[in-house]
Amino acid sequence: MIQDKVAETPAASEEAPMLLALRNVGKVFSNGVTALSKVDLAIREGDFLSLLGPSGCGKSTALRLIAGLSTPTSGQLDWRGSIDRSNTGFVFQEPTLLPWASVFDNVWLPLRLKGVSRAKAEPAVTEMLARVHLTGFENAVPRELSGGMKMRVSIARAMVTKPRILLMDEPFAALDEITRFKLNNDLLELWQDQRFTVVFVTHSVFESVFLSSRVVVMAARPGRVHGELPISAPYPRDEAFRTSPDYAALCRQASDVLVDAINSTAGSRHDGH
Amino acid sequence: MTVIDNTTLKLDPEEARRARQERLERIGKWVLPLAIMVLAIVLWDRICVWNEIPQYILPRPGVVLQTLHNDAGLLFSSLLVTLRITFLSLLLAVIGGVGLSVLFAQSKWVEMSFFPFAIVLQVTPIVAIFPLINIYVNNQTVKLLLCAWIVAFFPILSNTTLGLNSVDRNLRDLFKLNGATRWQQLRYLRLPAAMPYFLGGLKIAGGLSLIGAVVAEFVAGAQGQSSGLASRIIEAGYRLNAPRLFAALILISLTGILIFLVLSLVSHLILRRWHESALKQER
Repeated sequence: MIQDKVAETPAASEEAPMLLALRNVGKVFSNGVTALSKVDLAIREGDFLSLLGPSGCGKSTALRLIAGLSTPTSGQLDWRGSIDRSNTGFVFQEPTLLPWASVFDNVWLPLRLKGVSRAKAEPAVTEMLARVHLTGFENAVPRELSGGMKMRVSIARAMVTKPRILLMDEPFAALDEITRFKLNNDLLELWQDQRFTVVFVTHSVFESVFLSSRVVVMAARPGRVHGELPISAPYPRDEAFRTSPDYAALCRQASDVLVDAINSTAGSRHDGH
Repeated sequence: MTVIDNTTLKLDPEEARRARQERLERIGKWVLPLAIMVLAIVLWDRICVWNEIPQYILPRPGVVLQTLHNDAGLLFSSLLVTLRITFLSLLLAVIGGVGLSVLFAQSKWVEMSFFPFAIVLQVTPIVAIFPLINIYVNNQTVKLLLCAWIVAFFPILSNTTLGLNSVDRNLRDLFKLNGATRWQQLRYLRLPAAMPYFLGGLKIAGGLSLIGAVVAEFVAGAQGQSSGLASRIIEAGYRLNAPRLFAALILISLTGILIFLVLSLVSHLILRRWHESALKQER
């Protein structure tokens, strides 16, 4: 069934140049846990790729490997051309802002670390804040913002350097549903506008289907790729898509693959949180 | 104004009770300690009168106040001597404590190797170390400073070290991802993150530097080498001049309270916008 779906992959995505390939990647921690085993994954330029799976399937580990925060035990990551590590944007599950710094200073941070002065960074920071709808909040500190707004700051900070690839580790998991939908829409808008590559880790079937051009389902113990599902629905996707029969059907397919992945973890019970 | 609020708001009994409770607490926070203090002073005065306690054993509060006024020149010049040692040692404690903790933060190995020395210095009673310092150091001021510093620097060192090591893991990853240098990480992440811890240590160190200064003066004063408040206390004790002894004691206490209040204010001003400890509870 999964193989059938591959044929439906949008042609444009197939033709896009490869950005990164994980080849036979494995990661074993020093405590003996095999977090990832023989992972093959191709990420093409402009992909919106979701890694979907139960807890413990190594999706966050895979993201950290791609970010360069961790090194693979076996296999390799092949980047097309030379990739500047700092050309990667990362959004954590928590907003992870500097609590003492203003919104402006938080977004300025990646540029500041590259030696860009406040005055030189201002156009980029201001533009990014406008894109995430936070104009007027430059001088607020994080505690004065709502959870959704903090996450917007976090996204603006990740995007202010115009990275080629944006890595997101369950960024909206802690938000309420209304805020999450709103941020989903805004993220898609940003992505369609700037066409960077996204790798999005989530354990929500609905979120992955709504956002992605491809969903990669992972299974646990050891963490591995179980199957892949192209989401051929056209962009832009909006609230109408969220309530369409197409969306429901795609969610069911993804859900089936996920259940299959969970069941494939032989002899162990899924007790994720 | 609150009365008007209550009548127009039409609160239910539970909310009205809560509002009343809050108002009472706000007033009580100031009135109660003051009332108890006044009561204690009156009681002190009465006990002196009722039991006909001689002035050289327990002077009446009024007499102490009178002495504070009459001996002001002598006492305040001594206070200045003590304050000089206190603030200089606090300054050195800040420089030494923060400097060492930054050094410790550079490497776990450095911290593991040298932290025990700091603890040894902290737990050995200063009174026991002083005779040694007295032998090795000639300069009187340096002697006192060294004593007060040993007492005061540890809370700053230990708190700041904790703060520098308590940085959110994700934030550390973020800095790593953006290729931050060691210095950038210290300047933009670890030092600001350690600020609340440092200020907590500073509040403790402020009081301790005063205690350290007074204790050092006591030990040095016993050998007639000091002119600070502690030596006034010893002197007054020898002469059975209890009113002056009490006056000096009160001056030291007030100084300690003042130092604490000033450092609390500094801490509040620095942290008020972002740190939990400085925020009013919102319901």
